[in-house]
Amino acid sequence: MAIDLSQFHQLFFDEAAEHLACLERQLLGLDLARPEAEAFNEMFRALHSVKGSAATFGFQDMAALAHDAESLLGRLRKGEIGFGEEMQAALIEVGDLLKAQLAIHAGQGGPGADAERVQAAGRRLLALAESGPAPAPPAAADRVPAVAEAPAQEEAYGFFVEPTPSAEVHALPEAPKTAHATAAEGSIRVGLGRVDRLVNQVGELVITQSMLLQAAGLLDPLVHERLFNGLAQLERNSRELQESVMSMRMVPISTVFGRFPRLVKDLARKLGKQVALQLHGEATELDRGLVELIADPLTHLVRNSLDHGIEAPEMRRTAGKPEQGLLILSAHCRGGNIVIEVRDDGAGLNRQRILAKAREHGLAVAEGAVDAEVWQLIFEAGLSTAEAVSDVSGRGVGMDVVRRNVANLGGRIEVDSLPGVGSHFTLRLPLTLAVADGMLVGVGAETFILPLDHVVESGQPAPGQVRAVRGGLARVYELRGELLPLIPLAQVLGLPSGAADFEQGIVVAVEAGGTRQALFVDRLLGQQQFVVKSLEANFRKVPGFSGATILGDGRVAMILDVPALPALAGAVLARAA
Amino acid sequence: MQNNVTTLSQPAPAAARSACEVLAITLGAEEYAIDILAVREIRSYGGVTPIAGAPPHIKGVINLRGAIVPVVDLRLKFGVGAAEYTPFTLTVIVEVNGRTAGLVVDAVSDVLSLPAEAVLPAPEVAAVFDKSSILGLAALDARMLVMLDVAQLLASPEMGLVERQAA
Repeated sequence: MAIDLSQFHQLFFDEAAEHLACLERQLLGLDLARPEAEAFNEMFRALHSVKGSAATFGFQDMAALAHDAESLLGRLRKGEIGFGEEMQAALIEVGDLLKAQLAIHAGQGGPGADAERVQAAGRRLLALAESGPAPAPPAAADRVPAVAEAPAQEEAYGFFVEPTPSAEVHALPEAPKTAHATAAEGSIRVGLGRVDRLVNQVGELVITQSMLLQAAGLLDPLVHERLFNGLAQLERNSRELQESVMSMRMVPISTVFGRFPRLVKDLARKLGKQVALQLHGEATELDRGLVELIADPLTHLVRNSLDHGIEAPEMRRTAGKPEQGLLILSAHCRGGNIVIEVRDDGAGLNRQRILAKAREHGLAVAEGAVDAEVWQLIFEAGLSTAEAVSDVSGRGVGMDVVRRNVANLGGRIEVDSLPGVGSHFTLRLPLTLAVADGMLVGVGAETFILPLDHVVESGQPAPGQVRAVRGGLARVYELRGELLPLIPLAQVLGLPSGAADFEQGIVVAVEAGGTRQALFVDRLLGQQQFVVKSLEANFRKVPGFSGATILGDGRVAMILDVPALPALAGAVLARAA
Repeated sequence: MQNNVTTLSQPAPAAARSACEVLAITLGAEEYAIDILAVREIRSYGGVTPIAGAPPHIKGVINLRGAIVPVVDLRLKFGVGAAEYTPFTLTVIVEVNGRTAGLVVDAVSDVLSLPAEAVLPAPEVAAVFDKSSILGLAALDARMLVMLDVAQLLASPEMGLVERQAA
């Protein structure tokens, strides 16, 4: 009976990638002078699982390489040979080769693993396994339990076929050292699509529940006491259910941070700098969808700190600082936000150079501008203050892209810096992409949502604040000396306006893409979190709207696409003229 | 026993294979028919959020258990009957090719089983009509039903439900 193995391939690719990540993390976390026996066990298990499953699926190249590395680790964990930098490098190389092989098998492309390099790595491993240094005496104490455990583990992992996958091996390797204790709980793999569907369905449940509550509001609570008790219970249950379901999308940020030890190590070596990396708050959870999206901006910030922030060892010595620079990555939750900080103890930002560069680029900056304003300039496009463009920074991805990416996620970025002491970048992001903050505005009988990150301020115009220009064809709104083009939403959207003149309505100043506009609406209805729903799933894109959402009463409200409004308004008003 | 099962599952073996079940809907005084397999549910009309700049027959969007679904008034689209919205006005939710839409109709009369030979090709005189969204005419006793091709209807550019191809 032939079993089609290809259906399990994806599972193998995912798991192997996790095991390899685990191997790398353990390798980089090792204290070379006093390696922990548990780390060797962990790496041995990871490699063993990769070897076993690779052989099962017929990926012999991976199995062979993993086997060589496993033999070396086998001797290491028994304490027969000592550990050294050379071994660490050799094992990191093996990890890279295995990843390259995996990428080829998974059809992700990439250069693949050069057969010669694989053979050389195999020979190097065997040579190291044969002639490794004698175990260092101070580490012997650590290794005693490992030797005692060895026979039992040999039974569990030493044989090729594992009857059932061990929960220990497959349990989330992302967060091995956190207090999260997920390792003992075990886990199952569920497709993201299923989780999203569940999130949606629970969202509906909550809306249905609030509709019921609204309908019941017409009844007499004394007569219908049992109904009201039931409704209260339903409300509590559905909120709890929603929280649980939302938490399923959350993953620890260690999935993002996990790449940095390697990156920092490689980069520091390349730049000839000494850098210690500290990670804090790795157990902080964030939305799975955010993980992929913040990895790039964060990587850029880390590269930037290493390249421009932390000085070369000689310079640090001259400045009276320890030769080894410090880079701290930390994450924590505050309110509905996740705050990620990148801090270094390097040279800090150079105020004079930023100002000089800004003038070169024709940006108007006052000499006496406060530091915070000057620091924001580094996010302007084309403003690179690097003295020399290296292949580390200046790879075409500038700080302006970082800021744009962060802004696209509904977050913002702050900079603090002190010359000679270091720089401190703070990223504030919403905990989840699924929910955003919005302002509810009323135009005619309709309700629209303005995403809050576009809103600057709002208020009722005073007489004379709205002025007609171009013979009444257009209007501007004067906001503290600044003239903003006024967009009357009712007219642009073809709705009857409830406000007879401008003093009766509300003007909301919005900002998008660096320009400000004033939106004229009938009234403000409040502020609430909203779930963005796709319009295109069953319909098409509608000009002027970025999507839709469902209000508490079950009705659909359109989300205004602030960056697109000026063009739409221009077209509509030109037609009217 | 064997006989019983056959009889139950195939009431009219010869005709059933080529017959199709349709939902008969009323627009003004005319009767139309939609393939029953495209119909997901029937609900009363209401809770529609209008969309700025949309053609008149697109009434707006509704929340269908979390999905945003456009609603089309077939009476306005075909120019039949008066587009009045009473408590009896219905929305027929249809789903074809993974896209969902609501069709506003005056009434839903019944589910009919149409033998294949009852469906006649639409006559050429139907030039006033967008023939592409019509499968044919079905004459059934004294009734005449216009068979709608829901997939074509939803995908046609003049419907305005899908992104217009760049001209």
